Amino acid sequence: MNDTSRAGDGASLDVSIASKDYHSAGGSPLRALEDLRLTLPAGQAGAVVGPSGCGKTTLLRLIAGLDKDYVGTIVLPEHGQLGMVFQEPRLLPWRSVIDNIRIAAPHAREDDIAALLDEFGLAEHASHFPRELSLGLARRVALARALAVKPDLLLLDEPLVSLDAALAKDLREMIARLIDERRITTLIVTHDLREAIALADRIFLLSPRPARVVATLDVPTPRRALERETAEKIEAQARAIYQGSSSPR
Amino acid sequence: MIRFISLTALLLLWQLGASLSDPRRLPGPTAVFEKVYEEAVSGALFSNLTITLARVVAAFALAMSFGTAIGYVMGRNKLADRLLDPWLVTLLNLPALVVIVLAYVWAGLTEVAAVGAVALNKLPNAIVVVREGARALDPHLEDMAQVFRFSPAARLKHLILPQLAPYLAAATRSGLSLVWKIVLVVELLGRSNGVGFEINMAFQLFDMKLLLAYALPFVALMLGVETFLVQPLERHVSRWRRGVSRRLDRV
Repeated sequence: MNDTSRAGDGASLDVSIASKDYHSAGGSPLRALEDLRLTLPAGQAGAVVGPSGCGKTTLLRLIAGLDKDYVGTIVLPEHGQLGMVFQEPRLLPWRSVIDNIRIAAPHAREDDIAALLDEFGLAEHASHFPRELSLGLARRVALARALAVKPDLLLLDEPLVSLDAALAKDLREMIARLIDERRITTLIVTHDLREAIALADRIFLLSPRPARVVATLDVPTPRRALERETAEKIEAQARAIYQGSSSPR
Repeated sequence: MIRFISLTALLLLWQLGASLSDPRRLPGPTAVFEKVYEEAVSGALFSNLTITLARVVAAFALAMSFGTAIGYVMGRNKLADRLLDPWLVTLLNLPALVVIVLAYVWAGLTEVAAVGAVALNKLPNAIVVVREGARALDPHLEDMAQVFRFSPAARLKHLILPQLAPYLAAATRSGLSLVWKIVLVVELLGRSNGVGFEINMAFQLFDMKLLLAYALPFVALMLGVETFLVQPLERHVSRWRRGVSRRLDRV
């Protein structure tokens, strides 16, 4: 019924999901996604924005190949190597920071790993266990781990959630720099419209459940080049779409 | 230090008891240690201890490897769990003595029957503990491993075994003490060497000195295994848990 393939047409991410249902024990099936389509060109960052509980994480799980029970097709960028940062960092608590990266990326060179640790300010924490780290640091480790596998598609699930404002800003700038410099195709899932505008080239607005893409907005001058007026214009546009299209609940 | 005092107190109590009773009923520590020395010099103590220890190790290794494999499958697979659970409950409730006697009747008074019977007694306990561990595996980490395409070997080494480690340690502890007790019974019933056999001899001859001279070194040996092998290993595999107290809360 579904097909996750790795095609080479412009090496983009192409998602076309007819439906995704959850089967609860002894109840009617719950439709999480319906007729959801999105396309992300190679080397760009896309942000999926939607009200909480609308199925953003479900969508990410489908793209990551963690859930194959859906109707539709998902085409990953060429080679299909994924790097993913989960909402909770999901590091192996019994392995040190550097071993977590080595285990996830067994083919990465030692000096590449060292460079990544340096880049994320983790060099002094290399031999620490994840439990010794704060959430902000653990997220950075998870990000470094995702980059160590040299991903063709980087998936970020609410990368800034539960961090205080200063830490969130630091990490946001780190991610923005990363996308600009490495041109990795990146899909960010977030509930925060401003975060999406600050990070993405293209924003996909999701409807409440069952989720579909109600609008796709392009950010003409993304990230560091982003000007305040542009950001505000996009934000206003998005809010107008939400008020116009879906009945608020 | 406290352990040492407590051990000394036990020795004193033993000495006191011995001086109050018939030495044939309860010989004092000195007499027993003399007997231990005697048996050690003749080589009998060493060979019997080695034989018994070899049986303990063999039975324990068999039970743990099969128990871990079966317990893991039962913990991960609902169908396997439902299929095998009645067998498991039966085996759990089968008295050790019945298993031993049946093994000797069906397989003869052989080494295979002896070790197999002990392993079969320990097996259900290992299965139950490991099954609990397999049920508690973290699905979030499983997802992470899938996204990053961990190889089967990496999955086993870095994902599954560390999560099962506390359960394996628990099964090891309870298992070792269970196994060595049952090994003595097996030796008593159908073997012509080993600590259990010697204890049976001592019982027949009513030689309390001989009985204690075998029992005590063997207890000491198993205590040594626990203190110098099992506990350090447990500390090593759980060292990552200690980090919580010195968590770095600043970035």
